[in-house]
Amino acid sequence: MPDATGLELIAQEIRDAHPDSIIGTDFHRGRAELRINPTSNRDVLTFLSDRGYSFLASLHGVDYYPEEPRLGVLYEMLDMKAVDRISVKARVLVEHPHVPSVVDLWPGADFPERECYDMFGVVFDGHPDLRRILMPEDYEGHPQRRDFPVGGEPVLFTFNEEQSYGKFQ
Amino acid sequence: MEIRRELLAHSSVLSDTPASEADDTARRADFRSRQLLARDMLRGDLEGEALERYVEQSVMTTTLDKAVAWARGNSFFPLTFGLACCAIEMMSIVGMRVDIARFGFEAFRASPRQADLLILSGRVSIKMAPVVRRIYDQMLEPKYAISMGACCTSMGVFNNYALVPSDKFMPIDVHVPGCPPRPESLAHGILRLRDKVQGNSPDGWRERYDAIGTEEILSPTGRDPRDVETDLDTAAIQVFKHGDTAGA
Repeated sequence: MPDATGLELIAQEIRDAHPDSIIGTDFHRGRAELRINPTSNRDVLTFLSDRGYSFLASLHGVDYYPEEPRLGVLYEMLDMKAVDRISVKARVLVEHPHVPSVVDLWPGADFPERECYDMFGVVFDGHPDLRRILMPEDYEGHPQRRDFPVGGEPVLFTFNEEQSYGKFQ
Repeated sequence: MEIRRELLAHSSVLSDTPASEADDTARRADFRSRQLLARDMLRGDLEGEALERYVEQSVMTTTLDKAVAWARGNSFFPLTFGLACCAIEMMSIVGMRVDIARFGFEAFRASPRQADLLILSGRVSIKMAPVVRRIYDQMLEPKYAISMGACCTSMGVFNNYALVPSDKFMPIDVHVPGCPPRPESLAHGILRLRDKVQGNSPDGWRERYDAIGTEEILSPTGRDPRDVETDLDTAAIQVFKHGDTAGA
């Protein structure tokens, strides 16, 4: 991990190269994190990749309900020579959940982006095949969003078996 | 025949003489006499009363249904089909410890066309449910299904968007509880299914517990056991006191 100072230095370098790309930085419990503008994620990630953070270790979604903007897309970048990590976080609105895809830069981002789309409804523009990956294709809704109902199926006990299916009806 | 009867009396299991050399000799002589009887019958030498007695001793009558059910119940062919961690327990029932081959259920078939028992061993997701249903539909009648473990019976710990209880999309004959059930439990479940198929199911628990549907609370008062709201105290006797969390 870069320390807090190192994180600021990297952030400033990116600001110089791509103005308006960095919204802020966060250094918490030894974890360096860049908060970025979602539209410039490709610029930032390419910059980090050239700096040595070339391995996309993880790409995942988060729902920060009730904070706004609610949805987050996190990229965990790894420098495999220095064994150094940095997180990149892009936050998007539920009403307009669009993030540019990075599949052409890291082909391994294909399935994680599909999963993020499946579970959170983040649309990755430019993804070659953005379909659901875990849930059935005709499934409605994005189940990992925090306003999604928890229990899909009511568990039957004696007291509610009347509302059941099949032999009690 | 007289000789044979004498020998039978001599070697009867009811006689309290311990197994001895004389017993052994008697059994051998009995076997010899039956051999000779069978030979005479095949030659056509047995006639009249002797022939009738021979037939009485050798032939057992039953109904075709019973005979077929007996054969079915003693030769399940489970499908090679695992869903999750329960499948590991399911695999071990063919091993030497539980050795389901003792009952004739050890031949796991690789094709649903050749299988007549589907063991749902694990959680069924809503994406997997159509696949499971399709496999069940591909099996030939008569076919049976066992729901193994908590997940596939009631979704277990996963009460969320992803899973579906197996009763929602296919008929289940036996539910085996546990998380996961031990191989012994599954073997017991299969034996209960055998009893069911052979038509001598000792499932007296519905009558005993005055049960109507899916029951987990009993009512010793004879009131409707489903009436949990008014019957909480008596019901709690059977499970644990309402609000008592000790041991939970």
